[in-house]
Amino acid sequence: MNARAELPLHAPGTAVDKGYIGQSVPRPNAKRLLQGRGAYVDDLRFPQLAHVVFFRSPYAHARLKRLDLSRAAAQPGVIAVFDGRAVAQYCKPWVAVLGHLKGIKSPPQFAIAIERACCQGEAMAAIVAESRAQGEDALQLVEAEWEELPVVCDMEESLAGKYVIHPALGDNICFERKFSTDAVDAAFAKADVVAEETYTFGRHTGVTLESRSILADYNAAEQTLTVYQSTQAPHMMQDIFSRHLDIPEANVRVICKDVGGSFGIKVHVYPDEMATAAISVMLRRPVKFVADRLESFLTDIHAREHKARVRIACTKEGEILAFELWDLTAIGPYSVYPRTSGIEGNQVVNLTGGPYKHQQYRGQTQVVFTNKNVSCQYRGVGHPIAVALTEGIVDVAAEQLGLDPAEFRRRNLIPDDAYPYSFPSGLKFEQLSHHQSLDKLLALMDYAKLRTEQAALRKLGVYRGIGLAAMIEVTNPSPAFYGVGGARISAQDGATLRLDPTGMVTCLASVTEQGQGTEGVFAQIAASAVGVTIDKVRVITGDTGVTPYGGGTWASRGAGIGGEAVLQAGRALRSNILDVATHILGANRGELDIVGNEVVNRLSLESKLTLAELGRVAYFRPDTLPQKFQSELTVTRHYTPRDYGFTFTNGIQACLVEVDVETGFVKLLKHWCVEDCGTVINPMLVDEQLRGGIVQGIGAALFEECLYSEEGQLMNGSMVDYLVPLSAEMPDIVVAHVETPTKQSDLGAKGAGEAGTAGAPAAVMNAINDALRPFKARVTAQPATPQRILEALGKI
Amino acid sequence: MKAPDFAYAKPGSLSEAFDLLDRHGDGARILAGGQSLLASLNLRLSEPELLVDICSIPGLAGIAVSGQTLRIGALTTHRQIENSTEITRHLPLLAQAVGNVAHAAIRNRGTFGGSIALADPAAEYPVCAVALDATFVLARRGAERRVKAREFFRGLYETALQPGELLTAGEFPLSAAGYRSVFLELARRQGDYAIVGLAAHALVAAGRISDARLAFLGAGSTPVLAVRAAAALEGRQPDAQAIAAAQATLAEELEMSADLYSSRATKLHLARVLLGRALGALAA
Amino acid sequence: MNATWGHASNMDETLLTTLTVNGRTVTRRISARQHLSDFLRDELGLTGAHTGCEHGVCGACTVRVDGLAVRGCLMLAVQADGCKVDTIEGLSDSGEIADLQGAFHRRNALQCGFCTPGMLMSAQELLSSRPDAKRDEIRAHMSGNYCRCTGYHAIVDAIEEVAASRREGRK
Repeated sequence: MNARAELPLHAPGTAVDKGYIGQSVPRPNAKRLLQGRGAYVDDLRFPQLAHVVFFRSPYAHARLKRLDLSRAAAQPGVIAVFDGRAVAQYCKPWVAVLGHLKGIKSPPQFAIAIERACCQGEAMAAIVAESRAQGEDALQLVEAEWEELPVVCDMEESLAGKYVIHPALGDNICFERKFSTDAVDAAFAKADVVAEETYTFGRHTGVTLESRSILADYNAAEQTLTVYQSTQAPHMMQDIFSRHLDIPEANVRVICKDVGGSFGIKVHVYPDEMATAAISVMLRRPVKFVADRLESFLTDIHAREHKARVRIACTKEGEILAFELWDLTAIGPYSVYPRTSGIEGNQVVNLTGGPYKHQQYRGQTQVVFTNKNVSCQYRGVGHPIAVALTEGIVDVAAEQLGLDPAEFRRRNLIPDDAYPYSFPSGLKFEQLSHHQSLDKLLALMDYAKLRTEQAALRKLGVYRGIGLAAMIEVTNPSPAFYGVGGARISAQDGATLRLDPTGMVTCLASVTEQGQGTEGVFAQIAASAVGVTIDKVRVITGDTGVTPYGGGTWASRGAGIGGEAVLQAGRALRSNILDVATHILGANRGELDIVGNEVVNRLSLESKLTLAELGRVAYFRPDTLPQKFQSELTVTRHYTPRDYGFTFTNGIQACLVEVDVETGFVKLLKHWCVEDCGTVINPMLVDEQLRGGIVQGIGAALFEECLYSEEGQLMNGSMVDYLVPLSAEMPDIVVAHVETPTKQSDLGAKGAGEAGTAGAPAAVMNAINDALRPFKARVTAQPATPQRILEALGKI
Repeated sequence: MKAPDFAYAKPGSLSEAFDLLDRHGDGARILAGGQSLLASLNLRLSEPELLVDICSIPGLAGIAVSGQTLRIGALTTHRQIENSTEITRHLPLLAQAVGNVAHAAIRNRGTFGGSIALADPAAEYPVCAVALDATFVLARRGAERRVKAREFFRGLYETALQPGELLTAGEFPLSAAGYRSVFLELARRQGDYAIVGLAAHALVAAGRISDARLAFLGAGSTPVLAVRAAAALEGRQPDAQAIAAAQATLAEELEMSADLYSSRATKLHLARVLLGRALGALAA
Repeated sequence: MNATWGHASNMDETLLTTLTVNGRTVTRRISARQHLSDFLRDELGLTGAHTGCEHGVCGACTVRVDGLAVRGCLMLAVQADGCKVDTIEGLSDSGEIADLQGAFHRRNALQCGFCTPGMLMSAQELLSSRPDAKRDEIRAHMSGNYCRCTGYHAIVDAIEEVAASRREGRK
């Protein structure tokens, strides 16, 4: 059923050898990071480097009546001061809408706001100084007079539209979408059991340890702009700098050296970063902006503020007939550019009910503007919400039916032999493995034993809970995600592989690295495809001037899309190397192969020629090769998935908790994850991605929320008050895999970067509710703080 | 978040320090471990003219037992307190509490005196000092006075320290025979500021509690000594009834303020739970 | 010992400060307000210690001063006068934490690497002061270092492995 895709990495007839595919090779590029010898943006040194700080609105909604920068401008070390109008002359505004999100609307946004601040923290002026400290000193001398405007913070108030934030738009609705199959009401009418619940999710944010950082270096003599940026999508940014700063595309170069965590936070366009680039052009010198931690909490995109009501219809035999969903989500005052802030809600509608075989579904989302910070795609996007809604209501239904939650799922998961499969909301699944994954999970965690223990401990007043979360996950997206809507966001990627004269292989790839292991994985694929040992491969990513054009990192696409490009390029390079070898050796092409850095007789494996020797001849002595022959030892291949708009993966997680019912504190005892992401190129890296993603999801389920006052002030924007997961409270996490390769590529790899985050909040919430079952208490708000648990228990 | 500009001085003696404090008045701030002060400066929450670094002044560090008193010098770090065998032996309450103070790197530099002088309502040492009936030594030029811990903490970040005064030490009576200590706090994450906490110190004899000193943190702007709860327990075994009677008094005595995550009702509830658990642990 | 002082003004007052960094003595005029982390990074080019929050919580700036792990952001550079400072670069070059770095590497106990120098500093202090630390003690101690990428499990595994092998080595 789930046969590994055969990977004929060597010439037909030889033993199939996967090389490094499937091996847990430690990442070569991690060594410098272990020594503190990385190169993050803030580590870079430039002559004449200036620092920009921003005067930010203290109000959530206010008109800037008067702005006087003259005193600030006179401070020691200050080089220049700019308001919104000045920067607008160099940087065009943007509107974050896409054609395929019907009806989506948003006002234009400027790099530095002009006259009106629509959320706390919106940049209203820029001060450029010789040091950050001097810039901050000068900030205190900015004079501003404000007229406060009404603040809309509550999502329901925003929807009701009594006060419209952008009058020209008519209402506060950024985007709405409704979807329905044709017999939903009939399904609910004939159901024996109908359950309903409303869930709320607190907005939270990414908290990348390296904050957003950008260093823009405009060379006025050449009219070229080089930007060193902590971003996930350098080509996307190259396009945007080019269009908005009016600099020809090839004159813009975006370079990503080391990036200290991203998780989607760094795939968006931020006005302060655009302003930084514009200011470099205006001042004709390098300018750096590094968001400090307070600015990060205030202005990094937030995500996942939802209130959703979900209903499920089942027969008494335990068959799910239908789901119904009403989702309301609050974003900031602008849709974020260029991916739009409509996507998360859209995904919630697409994905709710995902693992199950019901045929009827109705879902709707409404995305409304507020005067809180902007909101956009963050690791997992709509999945954490959709999975929590689905798996939450599934547990409610299971209880009403008197069925064990695992058994109820088993009766309803799409069968493993039902593929290809069309899901009611329109998604198409190539091949998933829900049942195999469930079996594997239950065995891995010894589910039966945990249930027995749970029952015994309850009698002693110890309340443990087991929560399950089955899920599907979008990976390896085609242009269906953004391109079809008109966004200049590339869904294809490329890799250039070059044999260097000494026999090393340099791989230039358009997917980027933020720690997930892109460079390591690509080295493994390149080495395997070409036939060299991994120490001979050097991978370069994150430089638009050097790599092929591509999409970068987002939507779990790096291994599946970029990796396939590397594989194809590697095979083509091997073939070209063998062409040269044929001429050097005067041998029969079919007799040769490349193994372990050498051209060998493919049957006897006897070495014929080292790649170093081949390189010497090809590059320095081509006069010894046939006259009409040109060596082509640099090869580029591109890849985009073509059969499926999104390559879905599946997984299932479980969480074991113990709830202290007196204090409401939750102890996470253990977490399990079985994930099917197709071919696993490096099990260690994939497992660590899953673990990291799971802990991020746990953060959302228990700890993280951006808390706003009614006046739209962020109240917990520091590392003391905003609670990120730290090691003491986190459980050990067991990961296992089922492998169902995709047939769309030779590599067969699907994506895995977001799955952990997608499923963990549901698993944790379900575990808490399972623990509270004897008390008939349920928590449906995330984060599940002690107070919320105590309230559910009636202790407060 | 770069600190505003300030001048820096490192006096070599108390007398030099007093000179600087007198000369600069409100514009001077005392710098010891700096674990709270420097964070607030980085956040631009205050803008002093001058930091007076007292770390070189002799005689302000060290833990010493003399007679029935254990003296902790103001510059003693949390790490030194953690590693001190005298404190483990004579002040087990403090030994239990210190592991809750932030994290190791903070404890390596943060000081006892700094924590007392700042008087954060969620801090661990103030409640321990109140529970153990400690005395603080306050020095000014040419004079020294002693203030009982229970009188030292006046309000939110407000203590008995007068301008020109420096906290030089805390003096703790050694735990007498038969006394037991329990320190409990509830925090979302290891090392966080506690939501609520309790320093409990009592004489336990034949299973009965007396002379209970129950000092709560996070229950008001200063440590709160729950005298009514102690009275409700006096001479009793901490059975379910006694515990309930003690818990019932907390609503009158504790003045919780809601914080970002917990309402007053939640905090009061948690305080009751901690009291019950502490009493159970004392009698165990 | 500096007993100098100056009037606060808009031009940063600087103090002549001498400290030993990774074994080399360094003398500089340092602005009173510059924290140790910024001094190491900006003045000495030792960019291994990272700035993550500047209020002492995330641990990315952790370095060693006179043998103790400290937050570089919560120490003024001028306070390091007369002190011995060790950074991740020094600990790497001396080989002091080669076993920790090897274990982190083999187990992928780092992804983006931004927390890693601070993690290694804290881990080294833990193992030096509590060589018998159990898994839950490791988790408790390492709570002073925030990591967003790994979820901590691999980090704890790596430290546990090194603790065991160092104990082995001592026997």
